Amino acid sequence: MRSIRLKIFRGTSNSGEFKEYTLEVEEGMVVLDAIHRLQATQSPDLACRWNCKAGKCGSCSAEINGKPRLMCMTRLNDLPVNKTITIAPLQTFPIMKDLATDVSWNYQVNKKITPFTPKSNAEWHWEQKDIDRIQEFRKCIECFLCQDVCHVLRVHQKHSVYAGPRFFVRMAALEMHPIDSADRLPFLKTDAGLGYCNITKCCTQVCPESIAITDNAIIPLKERVVDRFYDPIFILFRKLFKKK
Amino acid sequence: MSNNSLGATARRDLWWLEPAGTFAVLVLFIAYAAWVGLSGTHYEWGPYLSPFYSPLFKPTWWPFSPAILVLIVPLGFRTTCYFYRRVYYRAFFMDPPACAVGEARKHYEGETKLLVFQNFHRFFVYLAVVFLVFFVIDDIHAMMWPINGILPNGQMAPGPKTFGIGLGTIIMVLDLIFLSFYTFGCHFLRHLVGGSLDCFSCSKTKETRHGIWKIISKLNEHHMAWGWISLGWVTFTDLYIRLCSMGIIHDVRIF
Amino acid sequence: MDAKYTTHEFDVLVIGAGGAGLRAAIEASANGLKVALVCKSLLGKAHTVMAEGGIAAALGTVDSRDTWQQHFADTMIGGNLANHWQMAQIHALEAPDRVRELEKWGAVFDRTTDGKGNINVRHFGGHTYKRLAHVGDRTGLELLRTLQDRGVHQGIEVFMECTVYSLLKKENRVVGAFGYFRETGSPVLFKAKSIVLATGGIGKLYRVSSNSWECTGDGFALGYLAGAELADMEYVQFHPTGMVWPPSVRGLLITEGVRGEGGVFRNNLGKRFMFDYIPPKYKDKYASTEEEANTWFQKVIVEGRKEETVKERKPPELMSRDVVARALWTEIEQGRGFEHGGIHLDIATRRSAEDIKKKLPSMYHQFKQLADVDITKVPMEVGPTCHYMMGGIKVDPETQGSTIDGLFAAGECSAGMHGSNRLGGNSLSDLLVFGRRAGLSAAEYSKKIKTFEQIDESELDQLNHEMNRPFENPKGENAYAILSDLQQVMEKGAGMYREEKGMMNCLKELDQIKKRLEKVSTEGNRMFNPGWHTALDLRNLLIVGEAITRAALIRRESRGAHTRIDFLNYSESFSKTRVIVKKSAQEMQVSSENLSQIPKDFEAELIAKNILNEVVLNQLRGKIAAH
Repeated sequence: MRSIRLKIFRGTSNSGEFKEYTLEVEEGMVVLDAIHRLQATQSPDLACRWNCKAGKCGSCSAEINGKPRLMCMTRLNDLPVNKTITIAPLQTFPIMKDLATDVSWNYQVNKKITPFTPKSNAEWHWEQKDIDRIQEFRKCIECFLCQDVCHVLRVHQKHSVYAGPRFFVRMAALEMHPIDSADRLPFLKTDAGLGYCNITKCCTQVCPESIAITDNAIIPLKERVVDRFYDPIFILFRKLFKKK
Repeated sequence: MSNNSLGATARRDLWWLEPAGTFAVLVLFIAYAAWVGLSGTHYEWGPYLSPFYSPLFKPTWWPFSPAILVLIVPLGFRTTCYFYRRVYYRAFFMDPPACAVGEARKHYEGETKLLVFQNFHRFFVYLAVVFLVFFVIDDIHAMMWPINGILPNGQMAPGPKTFGIGLGTIIMVLDLIFLSFYTFGCHFLRHLVGGSLDCFSCSKTKETRHGIWKIISKLNEHHMAWGWISLGWVTFTDLYIRLCSMGIIHDVRIF
Repeated sequence: MDAKYTTHEFDVLVIGAGGAGLRAAIEASANGLKVALVCKSLLGKAHTVMAEGGIAAALGTVDSRDTWQQHFADTMIGGNLANHWQMAQIHALEAPDRVRELEKWGAVFDRTTDGKGNINVRHFGGHTYKRLAHVGDRTGLELLRTLQDRGVHQGIEVFMECTVYSLLKKENRVVGAFGYFRETGSPVLFKAKSIVLATGGIGKLYRVSSNSWECTGDGFALGYLAGAELADMEYVQFHPTGMVWPPSVRGLLITEGVRGEGGVFRNNLGKRFMFDYIPPKYKDKYASTEEEANTWFQKVIVEGRKEETVKERKPPELMSRDVVARALWTEIEQGRGFEHGGIHLDIATRRSAEDIKKKLPSMYHQFKQLADVDITKVPMEVGPTCHYMMGGIKVDPETQGSTIDGLFAAGECSAGMHGSNRLGGNSLSDLLVFGRRAGLSAAEYSKKIKTFEQIDESELDQLNHEMNRPFENPKGENAYAILSDLQQVMEKGAGMYREEKGMMNCLKELDQIKKRLEKVSTEGNRMFNPGWHTALDLRNLLIVGEAITRAALIRRESRGAHTRIDFLNYSESFSKTRVIVKKSAQEMQVSSENLSQIPKDFEAELIAKNILNEVVLNQLRGKIAAH
């Protein structure tokens, strides 16, 4: 048993402030445990999302000492515990209450993406190597930490013209599917605002599933967009040989 | 509660160290490259040629340093490279300076407007691959030593040549290797050889392309490391040859 | 319109957005109906994401000997014949189609390496052949994400972070549901022609549990309070391998896949003890010596040979969960456990570090990040954890209809499919097969109903007042303290091992907790207030806790997950009955009814094909001694 100090945002989008708490903790606890203990002993109405407590559902995203992380996967041991630990809600989304934010925008973006559209004459056989890439993308647990840290959303608030790393990952998984037939490149270039990404890789750095978002999803998509819309040689080649 | 002025963050770590460090290193490199590029001297010693001046192209109508004519390729290649873009967007444009740290800029267009030219990275890649061939030729030259030795002014003595290796040869060959690892780990090449395919097992050709794609993917994972190493080494290579040429140090003939 | 409460009207209302709920909603919506999906969390966070191992379906892509009949038999034997045989049959028959359908909707399963590019399947406890279609160790996530994307593009309306507090009825028919939005706390009324309950499990009832906060038995309680019958409530599955350290993750699941990939148990004497715990029903199927098990491991797992070409039998670590959990519990009880009260599960000495990271990536990370343990170097310490509820709302095996008109149930909150013990992998297939059927039946039912019923406003006022009580009570005990006591009571009185005296005592204590709950108080207001949510969820947990204890008291035998210290054997008479719990005016009413038996000719056919074994059947039916 030892005691730690926490500074947690309390309030709503209208008004709120950081409140300090002192809490007894034990060996091996994660930040989410500390929040639970706070709820049980001091502040039962402290709002925070969580579900699996094992880094598999992506509910308990927050900013711990300024870094976007999952609370259930952040051990107190790994933080400087002799100093006050700051826990804030995700900055990119509107605050609902305390640590819970309104992430509904993400669900709206997802709806706009053309769903999986298998080729009509598809054969449902393929090799593991065809799907290794996609399986990496499908590890995504939708914690939205990448959306939170991406400065295009976080700082520049381009929510209306930019889909964010999470959905580039999703679209990469669809685009690279061996039998998907839909074309999402025009959408990627315009509505999804792929060009706003300046590949500064913060999304990759915060991804709790270690998906190489920038290198494996975003840049390959950027290259596909260049093939289609920018590279004069490729465009000419397609025109000459009528390849789509 | 969001505060987006430059540097605003709740982070406690030394987040500014990385952008500040990169800034310093890149500024030093740019200054050195500019000085070297504009100097037009001391880029050759014996069989060695500085990579900054390769391929050596000295038309009579060109009054300036010959490096200016060729440096555009490696500079363009690195400037439009996805890895360097990340680096200088952070360190120079502070867009963002570090993850979850506020920025100064209010207006942001990303790579949609002015920076859309980044999409032409691939043309620099083609040229950079061609340049690798020049470097191979340079390295072969660096193994051809005049039987009569090197003159005090660094020129090769006239007469027949023979195979030989100096410390500079090794430095140049390493430079070629590092540059190749960097160049062939390129995101565009990865896309070109296989990344653009959706199905790898669908034909024999595609199977082969998948094989190459996997190799490039491996290199690509360390694209950043090779980017830095090759940058440092190319500078060192030039410096070594320059110092030999200036007579400050003396090359060691190994073989 | 009821102006006082926000009101929505839907043909089909699905409560719960895990695999079963999503699959039901997709099916109902595909039938052209207006469908709402209500869930307590955000969409895509349901407990289904925790399913790791795979989806059991007799695809036969790896082992051609596999058939639906064998899957049926494995399910029945695994469930110790307490299953509703017809559900087990429908499940085994339809599971392969549901898996292939999932792939057509975009799921990306691991592939076979034989060059044919089929869906790969893996071993799991209690399954005779390799049978689990999987995606690494995150199959649940893949399933949920696939259904989620399918669902939202099909026009299902999703109400996230919304809790249903009560079902509304007219005579014996459900007509709607009343609840609140978690964010604002504001009440909401859903009028519906039919309702599908797919609310998942009850894990929060026990102290050591693999379940999330959501698993508070809502569907069981909502159904029960509406008058639906619950069945098989005594069967609560404890998974043998939960984490035991650090304390904050106690109970967190370690996938059976670890054993599927070659992991073995050892006690503090270094002994691989599972060979001592093989029950008669598994004597023929599992290796009797370490040498035999190791040879099988070498040939099948390491060299990847086809199992049918190997004469050795499987290692006993791969037996069904009830058997393995009891073995671990016994070893720990008898003092052969390790420092944190667990048993060692060792994969480090069995596979290369590279293989472990590739085959069990999330296990590797889970231990690395949460316990600072590198499972490629040292063994994991594990112990039993509450995992799954086999019992639930009694449903018709074909339509998933409950005993109340218009009310359907699917997935974990329905009863019958798994008998007294669920096999790994059977829950994902269960929720696909019966989720679809429930959605279909609900749609057909709704089509016959012409109009929405008027709801009596005073009834809603009453419910809203009830929900508000924690704020109105004078400052007293908070919900977390009560929850923690409830968990202790259940663990002690109706946990893995049960006996009459303990259960009687447990009922008394539950009664006291019920009284305390009436006085529970909450700070703050209705806006996103977890303390208040917990207070309301406690009602459901208490109902489920009591139902489990009362049902367990009635069943005077040991069967599957239900182990009675005072009645250790299978009983012939109990083998033919199932326990039913129902609400009556005063208190919980418990009764038994006949359990439908496998038709004689079907059974004979399976015995003739060597798929079922008559001796084993007789043991499970208590006709001949088994222990």
